[in-house]
Amino acid sequence: MRPFDYVRAETTSDALRADGRIIAGGTNLLDLMKLEVETPERLIDVTRLDLREIEAQENSLRIGALVPNSDLAADERVRRDYPVLSRALLAGASGQLRNKATTGGNLMQRTRCPYFYDTAQPCNKREPGTGCQAREGFNRILAILGTSDKCIATHPSDMAVAMRVLDARIEIESPSGETRLLTLDEFYLLPGDTPERETVLEPGELITAVHLPEPPKGRQAYRKVRDRASYAFALVSVGAAVNVEGGKITDAALAFGGLGPRPWRDAGVEEVLIGETPSAAVFDKAADVLLRDARGFGANDFKIPLTRRVLKAVLSELTGVAQ
Amino acid sequence: MTEQLKMDEVQPRLLDETGQGAITRPMDRPEGALKVSGRATYAAEYKAANMAYGVMVRAAITRGSYTVDEASVKDMEGFLGVWTDHMIRNSAQGTMNTNPVQPGLNIQYFGQPIAVVAAETFEQARHIAHALRIDYTSEEGFEVDPETASQVDESVPVDQGDLDRAMADAAFTVDATYTTKPHNSAPMEPHASLAEWDGERLTLHGSYQMLKYNRNELADSLGMDAANVRILSPYVGGGFGSKLGIAPEAIGAAVAAKALKRPVRCVLARQQVFQMVVRRTETRQRLRLAADADGRLTGVGHDNWQSNLPDEQFAEPVTAATHFLYGGENRRNAQSVARLNRMASGSVRAPGEAVGMLALENAMDELAEATGIDPIELRIRNIPEIHPESGKQYSSRSLAQCLKEGAEAFGWQDRQAPKARREGEWFVGMGVASAARTNILMESKARVTLNPDGTALVETDMTDIGTGTYAILCQIAAEMLGLDPSKVTVMLGDTDLPPASGSGGSWGAASSGSSVFLGAKAIRARLAERLGCAPEALRLQDGVATGGNNRRPLAELMDGPLVEEGHIQPGSKSDEMAQASYGAHFAEVAVNSVTGEVRVRRTLSCMAAGRILNEKTAASQVHGGMVWGIGSALHEGVEHDHRTGHVVNDDLAEYHIPVHLDAPRHDVLFIEERDDHANPVQAKGIGELGISGAGAAVTNAIYNACGVRVRDYPATPDKIFPHL
Amino acid sequence: MKITLSVNGEGRSLDVDPRTSLLDALRDHLDLTGSKKGCDHGQCGACTALVNGRRINSCLTLAVMHEGDEITTIEGLGEPGALSPLQKAFVRHDGYQCGYCTPGQIVSAKGMIAEFSNGWPSHVSEDLEAVPDFSEAEIKERMSGNLCRCSAYPGICAAIRDAAPDEGLGEREAAE
Repeated sequence: MRPFDYVRAETTSDALRADGRIIAGGTNLLDLMKLEVETPERLIDVTRLDLREIEAQENSLRIGALVPNSDLAADERVRRDYPVLSRALLAGASGQLRNKATTGGNLMQRTRCPYFYDTAQPCNKREPGTGCQAREGFNRILAILGTSDKCIATHPSDMAVAMRVLDARIEIESPSGETRLLTLDEFYLLPGDTPERETVLEPGELITAVHLPEPPKGRQAYRKVRDRASYAFALVSVGAAVNVEGGKITDAALAFGGLGPRPWRDAGVEEVLIGETPSAAVFDKAADVLLRDARGFGANDFKIPLTRRVLKAVLSELTGVAQ
Repeated sequence: MTEQLKMDEVQPRLLDETGQGAITRPMDRPEGALKVSGRATYAAEYKAANMAYGVMVRAAITRGSYTVDEASVKDMEGFLGVWTDHMIRNSAQGTMNTNPVQPGLNIQYFGQPIAVVAAETFEQARHIAHALRIDYTSEEGFEVDPETASQVDESVPVDQGDLDRAMADAAFTVDATYTTKPHNSAPMEPHASLAEWDGERLTLHGSYQMLKYNRNELADSLGMDAANVRILSPYVGGGFGSKLGIAPEAIGAAVAAKALKRPVRCVLARQQVFQMVVRRTETRQRLRLAADADGRLTGVGHDNWQSNLPDEQFAEPVTAATHFLYGGENRRNAQSVARLNRMASGSVRAPGEAVGMLALENAMDELAEATGIDPIELRIRNIPEIHPESGKQYSSRSLAQCLKEGAEAFGWQDRQAPKARREGEWFVGMGVASAARTNILMESKARVTLNPDGTALVETDMTDIGTGTYAILCQIAAEMLGLDPSKVTVMLGDTDLPPASGSGGSWGAASSGSSVFLGAKAIRARLAERLGCAPEALRLQDGVATGGNNRRPLAELMDGPLVEEGHIQPGSKSDEMAQASYGAHFAEVAVNSVTGEVRVRRTLSCMAAGRILNEKTAASQVHGGMVWGIGSALHEGVEHDHRTGHVVNDDLAEYHIPVHLDAPRHDVLFIEERDDHANPVQAKGIGELGISGAGAAVTNAIYNACGVRVRDYPATPDKIFPHL
Repeated sequence: MKITLSVNGEGRSLDVDPRTSLLDALRDHLDLTGSKKGCDHGQCGACTALVNGRRINSCLTLAVMHEGDEITTIEGLGEPGALSPLQKAFVRHDGYQCGYCTPGQIVSAKGMIAEFSNGWPSHVSEDLEAVPDFSEAEIKERMSGNLCRCSAYPGICAAIRDAAPDEGLGEREAAE
């Protein structure tokens, strides 16, 4: 770990004024700093800021950026109205990590790509221009959607998948005092030629909250497939909210983990479903759309058929129609 | 005085006569309170005045030479030095007793330890190790793929009868190839050493399994006299083979400490444990079974392919159990060791059986399927009368009983055909596998002291790596001396104490236990003399000696401590008899029909390992074996990059050892057994028996559940769902 | 940097490099070596400590971030001769072998029982809104952040079930 200046922010404006890297739970940042994958010169500790409330607002919920993952998962409103979010959080990490990891920090998690983690390996995300060792290397956990020639990393968060299902918006405060709200779609970037840029967050900006809009209609589910029974990153995960009325799917929101460089959502999948009578054929068509551009890199090829199976099982569970 | 015994003759069952009631019972570990309160002290937890911190540096190329650029870091805060002297390429192999390969400034694999840096604080040292510039000269022509290696050491250790002919003539055959990925021991405590020099004398607090060998390995690596080395390892945070031989951090700590003339502590980072100690080799195994119409084996072939670095003598004894477990007159084993530029292969829990029995017991399951004979009946039918290769007699062997009693307790009769049992998305099935692990006796010494106040002391350089040594040595001494176990203190893990067998090969309990038994036996003889009775007539119980017509408290018989050393040596019994521990594993698994995920629901192991010295710690060893079996069956596997050979998944997030939720209910049954040929305590090894075959019970259950035969370990979801 | 922590009820002042993890501060600066370093990356749980009553991985946080925090380590739960119910149960059920993960398991279990008592659901809870059963599956899921390579899992689980009633299971804490 490189030496750094440590600054404890007492207020949000302190944090916005200080020029440096934000640390909250630290469960991923310190992990990476120990390996010198991350080498910030200054750390701004924001854990004393007053961003720990989950506030009910009109038909929505405002989750402070410092709300720990465990509190968010256990919040009675979240359990009742946004179960996909509770489920996703509880499927991630461990009890200890969820107690420390924060809502804002979880969104900022970096990939678990093993070549990114090892500073002796070339990696375009860590050191732009050095090349991607993962493409032709051991890429079992890496992406099949949204990849570029430069990078095939996956975003590891479970929580962010559920947030994407729920059309959450990220509240960001800038040093000039402005606040903007971004969807996860707007927030996360695809790797393209600049895999080192993962979000649109500008230097000095701070995530202050996440807003959940009115709960989606219908039933929600989060299903995660992993190599061991617990405490492992997703091979594939599916978060979903689906409503069926009068025998037809009226609303559908689906997002996927383990597949892409950001929590993946594809409006085309939902378009295929909405207005249809749920059936195995419709589910298959949704999978066709989702996976039309999917590409495996060898060790992760299995994710393509596995995603289809999990997607269909989740749709079947939520619509009550056999696959 | 020393009581010596060379195990040439069957010994009387004295522990069945003594009557104190200390042996076998499920006693709590005497060191338990220290462990649960955080007061047991592991290697990195000793402190020395003015201690500096060492961090190892790894090679970031696969083959070549290097120099370190000290100037690149010498002005960094806290820098004390960087050294490349005496670096060992990898850990010493178990019982090696000499230095491992010391390649100088040459690199033979990516991840090799090549330097140690030291600084005033850990944080400084870690950063300096990262910042240190290494100038490499890469060499082409390295090889990291076992399938295309140009240098392969081939041998055919067994070629008996005509296996090809037996296969051609058989009513039923199995000819299948199984593969296993490399494994890492991954003990929870990373390798750690604190080195302190006093002139030419070196004291090392380390985390090691076999101190008398480790002392010689360390001395040899440093070019010094072993008499000047003392190693202490009273608590070892798990070993599983990875701490059998001296490891890179011990050299790093010793070299830095000597140069700095101050104590140095060096602890491997978890990633370094994955990169520079030893791994279990990957294997490819071809199993050929030939059977007659009744399912009786007429031929057994077990060929294996594995890999290691050049100049390593160790090869995974993949066919260890295949030699003696089942009959069949035509037999062939061939072994190929590819020489690669990848991390060294060495011992990981139950070297040989852990992976060899996955394939053997899967093949037996396939044969059961082919013949239509119940897997338990098929195994029982093929238990040979005499060793099918050497012709030796077996010592105690309760395999059939383990299979039968285990089946009964597990509810085996409820097993159905593949895919017959379904619960929602889940297919449910059962599997069985035999367990077998060769029994070994090793030379071991211990000193036993009986005090007039009715307390006793056991001293030996034996280690307790979690196996229960403190408990069982305490119990043996208590049983022999007629004392409550609370009166017995056990001191371990110090090379200043009498040298023991060390912990490994499942021989620790019986070997070191025999030495304690012998020391205590000598004390009994002296007490009998004082009491005026024959040693056989002596009865010791709760601090009172009875014999002939006399009954006296120990305090009255003794005018001072009685000190005796016990010394056991293997003898002709090791060669005359085929000795092994046996058992049967059962597993019930559920396989998800959508995702191919496997969840083990319940397991049972029925074990026979001679006298059980402590039913509680022995059961824990078997629990551990079963969970390791589950890990190797379902998710453990080291991944090497196919271009550089480096270990890609070098941490506990991506090398998936089982977690709580992976470990199902596990019942352990012990068969009452004594092995008179094994040693004077009639016990056999159990530490590795638990893993031997365990994973095969799981994969056999997967087949029974969903009809998918996974021959490529581990059975991750992607190997299963495409077939459902 | 100078900081003051409250460790096992005692104020402790120390001067640390900002890079020092809470775990290294405990082990190397305060000589509380009961908290173990198994991976240093939050992947094994051996370093689990309670911070303001909650279990966390002490390896993945900086000591300087805990100024004024109440920290409880294994040493604060009990000592030989005065073991806590959980510690005693671990001995009784052989909920360990080598002992290296053990302090982390016990501290984690302590934190987990409090979480349970507060009605927190887990990944294996059938109904997110119901009060979960203190079942084997629930314990195992909630303890899955504590690896044990000796695989003393059966004994650990039995010990936790046995001791939980004496460790405040069911006593809901006042909301913070």
